[in-house]
Amino acid sequence: MSIKIETPINDQKVKLLKIGDTVEISGYIYTARDSAHKNLVDLLKNGEDLPFDIKGSIIYYVGPSPAKPGQVIGAAGPTTSYRMDPYVEDLMKVGMKGMIGKGSRSENVINCLQKYTGVYFGATGGAAALISKKIIEAEVIAFPELGPEAIRRLKVKDLPVVVINDCYGNDLYVEGKKKWAKE
Amino acid sequence: MRDVNLELITEVVKYLSIEASTIANDGLVKSLQKALKTEASPVGVEILEQLLENIEIAKTEKIPICQDTGFTVVYADIGQDVHFVGGDFNEAINKGVAQGYTDGFLRKSIVANPITEPQNTGDNTPAIIHTHLVQGDKVKLTLLPKGGGSENMSRLKMMTPADGVEGVKNFVVETVKIAGPNPCPPIIVGVGIGGTFDYVAYLAKKAITRELGQRHPNPTIASFETEWLKEINKLGIGPAGLGGNTTALELFIEEFPRHIATFPVAVNIQCHAARVKTVII
Repeated sequence: MSIKIETPINDQKVKLLKIGDTVEISGYIYTARDSAHKNLVDLLKNGEDLPFDIKGSIIYYVGPSPAKPGQVIGAAGPTTSYRMDPYVEDLMKVGMKGMIGKGSRSENVINCLQKYTGVYFGATGGAAALISKKIIEAEVIAFPELGPEAIRRLKVKDLPVVVINDCYGNDLYVEGKKKWAKE
Repeated sequence: MRDVNLELITEVVKYLSIEASTIANDGLVKSLQKALKTEASPVGVEILEQLLENIEIAKTEKIPICQDTGFTVVYADIGQDVHFVGGDFNEAINKGVAQGYTDGFLRKSIVANPITEPQNTGDNTPAIIHTHLVQGDKVKLTLLPKGGGSENMSRLKMMTPADGVEGVKNFVVETVKIAGPNPCPPIIVGVGIGGTFDYVAYLAKKAITRELGQRHPNPTIASFETEWLKEINKLGIGPAGLGGNTTALELFIEEFPRHIATFPVAVNIQCHAARVKTVII
């Protein structure tokens, strides 16, 4: 049975989530990947405003393919998260609560999730056509010059994810592998 | 001599770009269905079901299987009795890529000036083009849109002859272990052995263009493929890295003679969205 959550999220909601939980996210989330993260952190360093309200936000690591006429968005599966690891602490400090991606995070990110009460969700890598069906609105809100890397505000309905790292220091990838490894 | 108009090459590359990104090969579908029967982890089964459903949606709606529609790698086996007319061969390929990625609504993922001022080239060009002269008057074009996430988990090592079969096996399994959940398992593992520093990487990538389910013609190499795949599937990484016994669907080896002093080994990782299409003109 999936846990349904609405964005924005707060400490109280984050604390309810544990590794292995399947979650369906609804509401607004924001896309950002490599270049957009660099730009966001540069804005923070210069004391400038971010292009969206980051408090309680969930950022989705995705660079979608272009929408065909009549579609909201193209294929939109997660990209590998570790490339965004160096930027996580700066964004969590100002209120980011959740991230959606795929793949392992650094020790620093796992520590940040405990320190700032956050959660890292995994979406199924490569299930990009399936995931796109859960996105009901998409709008570029910053850095359009980055093309697929621009920041988009997405409205999602029941976006299926799994809790990979919770705010208690647990890691589903480590636990899952331990359970199924032979010898 | 047979004249081949380069406009035809452009047309075919355009077709291959769209077809490869949106329609999964039968071999991949069969392989995922087979894994569904042998996967023991319930969450692993759920992920495999999602991947099969994803392939169906992509096919029906003609949208990419994965949003990362890759760096376009083209293998062109050109018959030596072919005479191209109507322009430049490499330009014709790149024109096909640009048209395919634009008209097919595929993601453009290539940036020029990789280190100084990265800027998207806007049409997914240039392609990586490998041309080979072969006998005959046909042109065989194989297109592989190679995703970045799995590419990042690939490794190359200049081993020593003393490392032997065991050394290679350990390096291959270790590469998959380090990659963990990152390259979108279940993966396809391409292994290159021999040649030179550059050629071994070529071999590893060429290996992943093989049709799923086919074994190497040399029975000893074929037995390594089966045995190393088994080792990898004991790692427990599983579909999407959430735990399970389907970490890799296939392992393909390509080999080439080596220098007496060297023993190059390369491992190219391919995600489950293994997109390869071929047309013979």
